[in-house]
Amino acid sequence: MMSVPTTFRVIDLRVSIGVDAIIRGISMDFFANTVTSIMGPSGCGKTTFIRCMNRLHELVPSIQVSGDIVLFNQNIFSVNPMLIRRQVGMVFQRPNPFPTMSIFENVVAGYRLNGIRLAKSESSQIVETSLLKAGLWHEVKDSLHRKGAFLSGGQQQRLCIARALAMDPSVLLLDEPTSALDPKSTSHIEDLIAELKESVSIIMVTHNIGQASRVSDYTAFFLAGELVEYGTTQKLFTVPDDPRTEEYLSRKFG
Amino acid sequence: MHSSLGTDAKLSRRVLQDRLFKLILVGVALGVVLLLTTIIGFVIQQGISVINWSFFTHLPQPPGASHSGILNAILGTLMLTVLASLISIPVGIWCGVAMAEHPLHPLVKWAQVSVDGIQSIPSILFGIMAYLWVVVPMGQFSAVSGAVALSMIMLPIVIRAVEEAVRRVPTTMREASLALGVSPFRTTIKVVIPCALNGILTGSLLGVSRISGETAPLLFTAFGSPFLVISIFQPVQSMPILIYNYATSPYADWQQIGWGASLVLILFCFVLSVGTRWVFKR
Ligand SMILES: Nc1ncnc2c1ncn2[C@@H]1O[C@H](COP(=O)(O)OP(=O)(O)OP(=O)(O)O)[C@@H](O)[C@H]1O
Ligand SMILES: [Mg+2]
Repeated sequence: MMSVPTTFRVIDLRVSIGVDAIIRGISMDFFANTVTSIMGPSGCGKTTFIRCMNRLHELVPSIQVSGDIVLFNQNIFSVNPMLIRRQVGMVFQRPNPFPTMSIFENVVAGYRLNGIRLAKSESSQIVETSLLKAGLWHEVKDSLHRKGAFLSGGQQQRLCIARALAMDPSVLLLDEPTSALDPKSTSHIEDLIAELKESVSIIMVTHNIGQASRVSDYTAFFLAGELVEYGTTQKLFTVPDDPRTEEYLSRKFG
Repeated sequence: MHSSLGTDAKLSRRVLQDRLFKLILVGVALGVVLLLTTIIGFVIQQGISVINWSFFTHLPQPPGASHSGILNAILGTLMLTVLASLISIPVGIWCGVAMAEHPLHPLVKWAQVSVDGIQSIPSILFGIMAYLWVVVPMGQFSAVSGAVALSMIMLPIVIRAVEEAVRRVPTTMREASLALGVSPFRTTIKVVIPCALNGILTGSLLGVSRISGETAPLLFTAFGSPFLVISIFQPVQSMPILIYNYATSPYADWQQIGWGASLVLILFCFVLSVGTRWVFKR
């Protein structure tokens, strides 16, 4: 486990909103070129946790965070969040392509919105590779200049994945990326995630333990803001150390 | 037991009440429709006879002369509206966006109360303020002073509409942009405002239609003029002032022109409000 290089290293992270303690001291390392799932019951703090990793939690006004998150030996709290967010892509629970932009513009939105100028051939190249990686290219290559909002939910979510990949992130954060999608789109995206780990490390929140067992190398189980158990998916699903993990899994499967 | 359910007499009284209520409802609704059609019908009946091509292309003539037109008032109102929009649309967008994007800032509460407050001030007061702030220092009536007065009326409408529209933009849009490493400022400019563009346009058009018929604030600012004016530092004619002057004149043909101008103004506002709705639907 330790031989694999780490991406994120979370050290005693504690988060509270107002008087509520949401994350109660979590420490864990994430590994490069792997898929890590975070599971746990609703409200246990998965979203809050994952949003700390690109500092999107800062949008919540009364939130307080202590502890450290280190990404490739850089403490993310000691640099501008914009720099972190360009290295760490995020895909949300509900597909959120920009409705005013075409498919093409959505993919290169990270460049355009940041004011990074690209040559025409360069942006075409980025659009094609990103859409190919996201498994959407063949479906949309003839309608790149239509609005992204015309796509189906599953296609929109893959467009969002392409938009994140276009920035060439080293880590991709996915917060229940398939919970708003039908089974077919879901399995499409699961296949995609498995392929993507060649080039990007993936941290994925999921409610669906079948999904966690299918696509992830490592799985973490959260309960009430604490990390109950973290290990290889195979071990966690077959011989969990903690009885609470076992109970959660059996209840979910049963 | 039986009496608690009410007697037949009581029941029929309820039924009667119900019917009466419906009747009043229908009556009131009909009354409103009638009022609108009467006003519009009357204006059309009175005004249609003077409307022809030269009505739009000629200047007003002395009483009794033919080919009298309202070109100066149309251009004047256009000039006033454009100038007022140039002031209040950019300022209104800035204010509205800032207020919507920083909902927790302590100043925002005050700004909202002030916007409502400005909206409740009678329009003639804006005329007086523009008179004191612009006409007096400049030493003469002018289109600019009229535009300043009108822009104060328009501003709160634009601010409110923009604020609403920006608030309606889902947080997920901001998050999508921020998650790409885009700064909050650029997120607002490049993502939030484009998403809210319909609402912003609607608010601006709403503001324009609101001021295009204003008379009171122009009385001592733009003042009015019988000439074709192209300088914004000169007094200019406007549709409402022309209507006011001509309708109250003793000459029958001038009164006719007043009606014709009223018809044009009503049509303008009608087109604007239909246009606004059309923009809003898209
Ligand atoms: N903006 C907020 N303001 C107040 N409380 C919040 C906020 N966001 C989250 N919380 C609280 O933090 C706790 C954890 O929320 P979080 O969204 O992280 O859970 P989750 O594990 O992602 O749940 P789910 O599986 O339902 O998405 C919840 O109790 C929630 O009420
Ligand atoms: Mg969640």
